[in-house]
Amino acid sequence: MNDRYKTTVDAEQAPVIEPGYTFGTITEKISSIVLTRPASNGWFVGFGVGFMLTMMMLYAIGYLFLKGIGIWGDTIPIGWGFAIVNFVWWIGIGHAGTLISAILLLLRQSWRNSINRFAEAMTLFAVACAGIFPAIHVGRPWLAYWLFPYPSTMGVWPQFRSPLMWDVFAVSTYATISALFWFMGLIPDFATLRDRSDKPVLRIVYGMLSMGWRGSARHWHRYETAYLLLAGLATPLVLSVHTVVSFDFAIGIVPGWHTTIFPPYFVAGAIYSGFAMVLMLAIPIRKIYRLEDFITERHLQNSAKVMLATGLIVAYGYGIEAFMGWYSGDRYDAFTLWNRLHGPYAIPYWSLLTCNIFIPQLLWIKKLRTSPLALFLLSGVILIGMWLERFIIVVVSLSRDFLTSSWGMYYPTRWDWMIFIGTIGMFLAAMFLFLRLLPAISIFEMRTLLPEAEVKE
Amino acid sequence: MQPTTQAVGKGKISISPDGAKEARDEIMDEPHKLGSADTKREDVCPSKKGKLDLESVRAQIEAAADEKAGPEYWRSLEELAGSPAFQEALHREFPKGASEWVDSVSRRGFLKVMGASMALAGMTGCVRLPLEPIVPYVRQPEDVIPGRPQFYATAMTLGGYASPLLVESHLGRPTKIEGNDQHPASLGGTDIFAQASILGMYDPDRSQSVMSMGDQQSWQALLNALHGPLTAQKALQGAGIRILTPTISSPTLADQLRGFLKIYPQAKWHVYEPVNRDNVLEGAKLAFGQPVETRYDFEKADVIVSLDADFLYAGFPGNVRYIRDFAKRRNPDGNMNRLYVIESTPTTTGAKADHRFPMRASEVEKFAHNLSSHLPVNPPTGGVVGDNPGFAGPLVQDLLAHRASSVVIVGDHQPPVVHAFAHAVNQALGNIGKTVFYTDPVDANPINQAESIRDLVSDVQTGKVDLLVILGGNPAYDAPADLDFANVLKNGRVPLRVHLGLYQNETAELCQWHINQAHELEAWGDARAYDGTVSVIQPLIAPLYNGKSALEFVTLLSGQADATGYDLVRAYWQKQHTGTDFEAFWRKSLHGGWVERTTYQPKSVAVKNDNFGWKWATDTAIELNIRRDPTIYDGQFSNNGWLQELPKPMNKLTWDNAVLIGPMMGERLQIKTCDMVELELNGRKVTGPVWIQPGVPDNSVTVTLGYGRTRAGRVGTAQGFNAYALRTSAAPWFASGLQIRKTGDRYVLASTQGYQSMDTPNGDHRPLVRETVLEEYHKDPDFAKEQGEEPAPGLTLYKPYPYKEEDYAWGMAIDLNSCVGCNNCMIACQSENNIAVVGKEQCAIGRHMHWIRIDTYYQYPDEAARDRDNPKAFFQPVPCMQCEDAPCEVVCPVGATNHSSEGLNDMVYNRCVGTRYCSNNCPYKVRRFNFLLFQDWVTPQYKMMRNPDVSVRSRGVMEKCTYCVQRINEHKIDAETASVREGKQIKVGDELQTACQQSCPAGAIIFGNINDPESRVSKLKAQSRNYSLLGELNTRPRTTYLAEVSNPNPELKA
Repeated sequence: MNDRYKTTVDAEQAPVIEPGYTFGTITEKISSIVLTRPASNGWFVGFGVGFMLTMMMLYAIGYLFLKGIGIWGDTIPIGWGFAIVNFVWWIGIGHAGTLISAILLLLRQSWRNSINRFAEAMTLFAVACAGIFPAIHVGRPWLAYWLFPYPSTMGVWPQFRSPLMWDVFAVSTYATISALFWFMGLIPDFATLRDRSDKPVLRIVYGMLSMGWRGSARHWHRYETAYLLLAGLATPLVLSVHTVVSFDFAIGIVPGWHTTIFPPYFVAGAIYSGFAMVLMLAIPIRKIYRLEDFITERHLQNSAKVMLATGLIVAYGYGIEAFMGWYSGDRYDAFTLWNRLHGPYAIPYWSLLTCNIFIPQLLWIKKLRTSPLALFLLSGVILIGMWLERFIIVVVSLSRDFLTSSWGMYYPTRWDWMIFIGTIGMFLAAMFLFLRLLPAISIFEMRTLLPEAEVKE
Repeated sequence: MQPTTQAVGKGKISISPDGAKEARDEIMDEPHKLGSADTKREDVCPSKKGKLDLESVRAQIEAAADEKAGPEYWRSLEELAGSPAFQEALHREFPKGASEWVDSVSRRGFLKVMGASMALAGMTGCVRLPLEPIVPYVRQPEDVIPGRPQFYATAMTLGGYASPLLVESHLGRPTKIEGNDQHPASLGGTDIFAQASILGMYDPDRSQSVMSMGDQQSWQALLNALHGPLTAQKALQGAGIRILTPTISSPTLADQLRGFLKIYPQAKWHVYEPVNRDNVLEGAKLAFGQPVETRYDFEKADVIVSLDADFLYAGFPGNVRYIRDFAKRRNPDGNMNRLYVIESTPTTTGAKADHRFPMRASEVEKFAHNLSSHLPVNPPTGGVVGDNPGFAGPLVQDLLAHRASSVVIVGDHQPPVVHAFAHAVNQALGNIGKTVFYTDPVDANPINQAESIRDLVSDVQTGKVDLLVILGGNPAYDAPADLDFANVLKNGRVPLRVHLGLYQNETAELCQWHINQAHELEAWGDARAYDGTVSVIQPLIAPLYNGKSALEFVTLLSGQADATGYDLVRAYWQKQHTGTDFEAFWRKSLHGGWVERTTYQPKSVAVKNDNFGWKWATDTAIELNIRRDPTIYDGQFSNNGWLQELPKPMNKLTWDNAVLIGPMMGERLQIKTCDMVELELNGRKVTGPVWIQPGVPDNSVTVTLGYGRTRAGRVGTAQGFNAYALRTSAAPWFASGLQIRKTGDRYVLASTQGYQSMDTPNGDHRPLVRETVLEEYHKDPDFAKEQGEEPAPGLTLYKPYPYKEEDYAWGMAIDLNSCVGCNNCMIACQSENNIAVVGKEQCAIGRHMHWIRIDTYYQYPDEAARDRDNPKAFFQPVPCMQCEDAPCEVVCPVGATNHSSEGLNDMVYNRCVGTRYCSNNCPYKVRRFNFLLFQDWVTPQYKMMRNPDVSVRSRGVMEKCTYCVQRINEHKIDAETASVREGKQIKVGDELQTACQQSCPAGAIIFGNINDPESRVSKLKAQSRNYSLLGELNTRPRTTYLAEVSNPNPELKA
């Protein structure tokens, strides 16, 4: 029909699926992870750690609600600390999932088929982790719903000029679309699981989730249309969500925030960190569940290339920030640049440059691009770098702004760390559950990659 | 009343003493298990177990009807029946620790228990007007109008000197202190100690009952205990009685004490206060042969030379008036004065100087000597000894050029000879009668206090003292270290020791009897201001804990047990009054705030024609310079959270004192800020943290008094280190031979302003405080505007609001030339706006809550010279700027901060969810966030204290300066009512003042309607010095600043 179903094996490139598979073996291989393989000890340990960290996070949040934001390191002048840093970081990570599932779908990048499912799951869980922070970081979390434009009896509306308000819309839209998109994509596979499961309970559950999918041509037709429509809806979100998040800063007048480069630079950064997270997940998954045939070297290489490209955009962003600090002649911007390079937070800034710009240049080397271990480590470095980037933007800009009398320092407390690490635990726990309960790779989309699926006219 | 009380007092045994004891013991055993007090309270509740003496109830009702003296409302017959027993029972409801708090383990938890107490909960609902008629300051309707405050004139004393006050009272609860604007010593301004005294009065840690050996006792028990010893002393003519008082200026109390000494002629009255004026007194004696008070008129002074005198800061007698007079002469468009300050530690006075010269305290005497050899002083002092600093010549020329219009003023801690020198110089320059006046001393008993307490100690040690009465003060803590006063009390040489005080402090602990003193806002009295004018101290409220004033207690010692303070003060003035209509005189004295014709008239005295006996030291060892603390004075305010949290003006430290060392010396000794050092002086040691303080002279170290308390209360105990440990009677203010050793430990000092320069580390200078010298100003009056760019009005994406069409557009102008950095506005704001105290840990991480702060910036005049020990300092009060294009407003997602049509940036606390975005986006960082539950919502005393017109903010809410919107609205309502009444439009004028403005002794803060071109603020804003802070951001702030212009001596240009 079109390129989407093309599986021509390029001589120079690794294939997106190793040869020798049939419709049946693909289905068997992927669904067996859910249906027949017993949960390993490793799974229990991994899930257990994630679960415990989640509980730690809930404890910390409980204490936070009891005592107030003061248990964190936030202060005046640094009114936003870890909560916002983590929020932006998690939201950014989510972006890769949407990019893979929506934009690459529209661009007919068929190699995406083997990674889009868990990339979308990653998006959803990352957005869930991110969503925790705006709700709990307000001083009176029990009133956080006031940010929503609900029909209040007092007739009070939110203040629509505030970027935080836009955030509410951007993030909630993003969460909704991501969840729908993910669920839509799962429906044919739910049906497969329903049909293949021999446990009545699972059959009922998967049966309900598959919403009566029978695989008729009409179903497929409607599915394709709806999926494309949702992809079309999700595509602008990849750009808009992080643009809006960047407005939180760009609209403010704080030196280091008030920059027009922020929207593209935030989006690039988001995809950068998102792909790093995809690799961080894909590399162990393909290893543990022996999915090297489905998630091949080609996927790793392509992801690495995306990281290299977005990483360069991010580097350009830093460059422009530095350039504008000097070129604008604005004394506050100039000082912000100086302060990043030489101030009390110089170590995080130099680490950020190292993690985000210098080390990732190794990706130019093909050998490293194809080495799962190297990619795994590099992705970790990039994730740390991107977290530091948000830290520099949020905290360091606020710590020294206009009046020298009001300069301050930010020191995170153990509660800050507990909640941050707790969200990582929650993310892991959710990923582990996902791997056990749902097909981590889209079965039906993998099947379309086989040569048999190519329709000849 | 007494017989009834006694009868019931005996009956108290029936009120389940065991239950009470049990409850107490349990609390003592398990202080953390405070909840148990709730269950036990039932047992001690008198209504459950006590037997009621109906006879006494009846008697009491009758007595109340006759005397109108009983409580007007009562909750139970027991309460009506007898105060001591009921009070006792009430007191027992508190766990024992409640009235004698030892440490701060769980302050909030404890307060909750206290809050549950019925006694104080009841108090909040009652009107506690004093029983005697007190007279409102202005004519008021006969009845109190609920919601409208009344103002009463009264006074508070510090070091014996009265600060005349007007106290705002809401339904019998004093809530805010203002200066008495008609009193010459105030003219409306106050100082920080007066402002904060309202918190002191409501302090729940204050002593709440008569105590003996750790047990609560009744007043009657005290009478009984004193009866025997006093009778015994009568036979000895009081030879064994010693009374120790702080400095007293009260005519009535002095009269009572002298009356007591008539009854017991052999008894002695000793006076001791740690921050005393012995040197001033001795200096006057040296110069004139008699003790005189020196008074200055800075309004007439063109040239002022201060030899280590911090006369522009609270604690210096007359400082409020001096600041006003000084500030009047700081207008660069008028006849500007010139101030030279030679000082041994950086002070706000030095910061305001046109020329500041750091000099070790011990070198000031030599400098004075050398100065006088250039001046026509009689007798001549001989030639210059050693080198004269370069600035001395031009300084002398300046003084000589301003005969009869100059002032030489000396700090209280400089030795008498320097004071005598100043008198001689002022006389030689013809200043006397022009700018310097001599009067009778304000101190009612002007004796050398160091000698006085030394005599007392030697009397005690020789066993001459049988009864020691300490009327206020805390000598066990603050007496000279060499006298070891605490041990003198401890070793039992004095059989009976009685202490009267506001707190059960270190001294109370060592006395058998402690009497809870009534606060000055609760008791009748009188006191003299720095110019001798007597103010009658009116109580604003009946004593919260039935305390007694010193006056009442002395009268009791004299044998008149039932005299009330009111009777005593009134009787004294009736005796003094010579005219006919005493009632009118009395009423006028009360409502006006001072007694007519009591101001001391200048005396004519002449400097004796003999040598003063110079005897300066010439060593080069490290000098220790001991000063009163800028915020907690000598330690008497250490339990005052407002003052503890008030940043010290020069280094913004809160909650601690520090060892101040100059940058050069710190570098030499390799000591950094927050290093712990051990100071050793003649074998006495103390350990404290270092703060590297620009402006401290080399080879000198400054410490402040008042910290390191062991029994101050929950707020003050164990804060800082005790500098009294190094202070001897021979060298109370400075001493040489200090040794400094680094201990290797580090300490957290909580400074609210970590970075005190307008120069950023990348070599840029931000023109936050804009300044120039007078010459340049005359050449270029618009210099301030030229130092920054301000966009033209209307350059905004949003449609400009037509503020000009409104009746009012509120604005503020702050004259940086007038501001002396006295911190008064901060406390006034805290009091007016119910601002919470957050504690040291929160201050250390930047969470202090002050709505107005004073930024202090240091500026090195010559970067090349790197004269880091003598930078110039600037003060900049920063309230909310009320920007017309406010960056905070656009970013609030819930619309909790909005602009009013009058230009106020309003904060809607109820709507605030606490995103803190507004604070991030505020370039001035004036927004304050309740990160935790900072407000004390529980302690009933604080509930009474708060301004009912201002909401009390809770956790998670942003707050900030509102331009005192409650005052604006009050005046607007008044104006509207008046408009309706008069049938024409009446607008709010300049009588509307914000709290900071009203308390400002310098008149540096002017607020008003900028739509009215005739308002004071409009006129100030029209001046060429007016500039907007960070105006280049186009925030269009309504608060603007008048740039600073100094007037240095052209001869002394660097």
